[in-house]
Amino acid sequence: MNRVCIVGAGTIGSLLAVHLGRVSETWVLTRRADHARRLNEDGLTVRGKSSFHAQVHATADPVELPEFELGIVACKATELETVATRLEGVAPEAVMMTIQNGLGAEEVVARHGEWPLISAVTFMSGRRHGDVEVEYELDTATWLGPWAGTGTPLDAVRATADLLVAAGLRAEWMADLLPAQWSKLIFNSAVNGVASLTELPHVQMFAEEDEPTALGHVVRALIDEGKAVAAAAGVELYEDPWEMNCLAVARGETAASAYAHVPSMLHDVLMRQPTEVDFIAGAVVREAQKHGVSVPITATVHRLIKAKEASWALARERPEVVGA
Amino acid sequence: MRVAVVGCGAVGSLFAAHLAQVDGVEVHAYDVSQAHVDAINQDGLRLVGEAELTARVRATTDPAQLPLCDFGVVATKSMFTGAALEACAHAFREGGAVASVQNGVGNEEVIAEHAERVIRGTTFPAGRVLEPGVVQMDTRGDTWLGPFEPRPASMSQVQRLAEAMTAGGMPAKALEDARGAQWTKLIFNAATNPVGALTQLTHGRVCELEGTRALVTALVDEGKAVADAQGIELDSDPDELVDHAARVAYEHRASMLQDVLAGRPTEIEAMNGGIVRFGLEYGVPTPLNAAIAALIRGLEHSWSQR
Repeated sequence: MNRVCIVGAGTIGSLLAVHLGRVSETWVLTRRADHARRLNEDGLTVRGKSSFHAQVHATADPVELPEFELGIVACKATELETVATRLEGVAPEAVMMTIQNGLGAEEVVARHGEWPLISAVTFMSGRRHGDVEVEYELDTATWLGPWAGTGTPLDAVRATADLLVAAGLRAEWMADLLPAQWSKLIFNSAVNGVASLTELPHVQMFAEEDEPTALGHVVRALIDEGKAVAAAAGVELYEDPWEMNCLAVARGETAASAYAHVPSMLHDVLMRQPTEVDFIAGAVVREAQKHGVSVPITATVHRLIKAKEASWALARERPEVVGA
Repeated sequence: MRVAVVGCGAVGSLFAAHLAQVDGVEVHAYDVSQAHVDAINQDGLRLVGEAELTARVRATTDPAQLPLCDFGVVATKSMFTGAALEACAHAFREGGAVASVQNGVGNEEVIAEHAERVIRGTTFPAGRVLEPGVVQMDTRGDTWLGPFEPRPASMSQVQRLAEAMTAGGMPAKALEDARGAQWTKLIFNAATNPVGALTQLTHGRVCELEGTRALVTALVDEGKAVADAQGIELDSDPDELVDHAARVAYEHRASMLQDVLAGRPTEIEAMNGGIVRFGLEYGVPTPLNAAIAALIRGLEHSWSQR
């Protein structure tokens, strides 16, 4: 693939852009014009698990984008509707890939264009240091598969995976991504949900089940509810989310809480910005309703996070009524 | 009649100051705050707000200084009950009756490990310490007392203490079975306090949002089932108390939200944790209360990570 476009230059978008910038002509569509200007002037620098600099082309105006073969929509799920609207009519021959957390991103993009879609879930993580520098923290894989809704050819999926690997990222393609997508959905619903309410990074406590009110019980209850929904939806999970949880807290990076992973939703909570909870726990609740499964703990976590988000708006309007 | 107030924070101070108004009642107080104790001993214990009075109370930070007492009134935060009673038990060794006026359930069980005669108690008055020696009384309300069944004080002891509180200006009722009052307040608190603490919303806002209001009812229902299994008849429907409180205390920050904002340990284990433990004992599932308790415990843990 000769030309790619990364839509959104947050953490995941920046990590994709800097790596792909080494192997392809890489364009970045940003929200802010000054962000695009800095990327054009300075390129992008990655450090951590990768360490190099790459040139990219950037614009905040979709009309300025040239035709490209692969687009990767890497904005937050909460911004997807706005971003997909801006993409209408752009690169009609391209294949588009979504990489958001949770479920439902493909449907949103599909409402705004005819592109064949690739579904992806990513386990890589990092953090941005300003507009032109990004740190690559967890160099775990991204999984890709054709989205059933558009009958995307497997060749396009395979070529995309090959491109990511050539760029220095870890990627695997699968004929059916749903098992992996749901494994991560259920893992995120539990871990991101609990992290957002306790304001804890992903620490050992998430796997502790010693006392009746130990935190691990909530994580397990959320995961068990998610598994029941997956079973009712006919999805066989790729990995067991509870084992993913135990493995993650036992890993070197997270065993010591000082280095524990801050899930993206906790990051949003700490920044007092809207979270992706409607696409994660909210998606589990919607799927549960569709399939007649009861998910009281997931619904509770979803409600509490929505209420917590509501408190920030209130605190800005009337600081005297809440604690902020 | 000699009374020792164990834990002389806001609620303990309300009881100490009112009891000291009664002729023939001598009030001692044990507290860990040296500044509060010194101020009480120097200038008296002063209440402002809903009560305006100054009381002579003998305060100490050294439990060994407590004389033999006829009654104890325990008002520590629930997690300090064991340590406080271990230190003060000698004051009640000659048949003194010890009453809990604390939040939650399970406090009497801990007191009973250190005292022979125990009174189950529930109280609604609330306040806050303004400065050492000065306590603001925010709300008045009733107190219910009854013998703690496994190690009971006599009914006449319960009546004497209730009469002294009432005479001092804090209305108290002596009941054969005080569990109904205790569980009504427990279920109300456990369904509302942690929801406010997790979302940082005041009580009125929690009730306005459809999602959190539904959650409150679901938590109340689990608590009612646990009370039912124990044969406890509630004083009133906690779910109606929730709506009542939304009208009269819309902007109230529940004590647990205050604790969370200040980064202090909460009383979650005596509230939702208590419902979970009694649920386990009586075979009633309480998954939502367990989840809420675990989330608050996690939140408490997050403060040590900063």
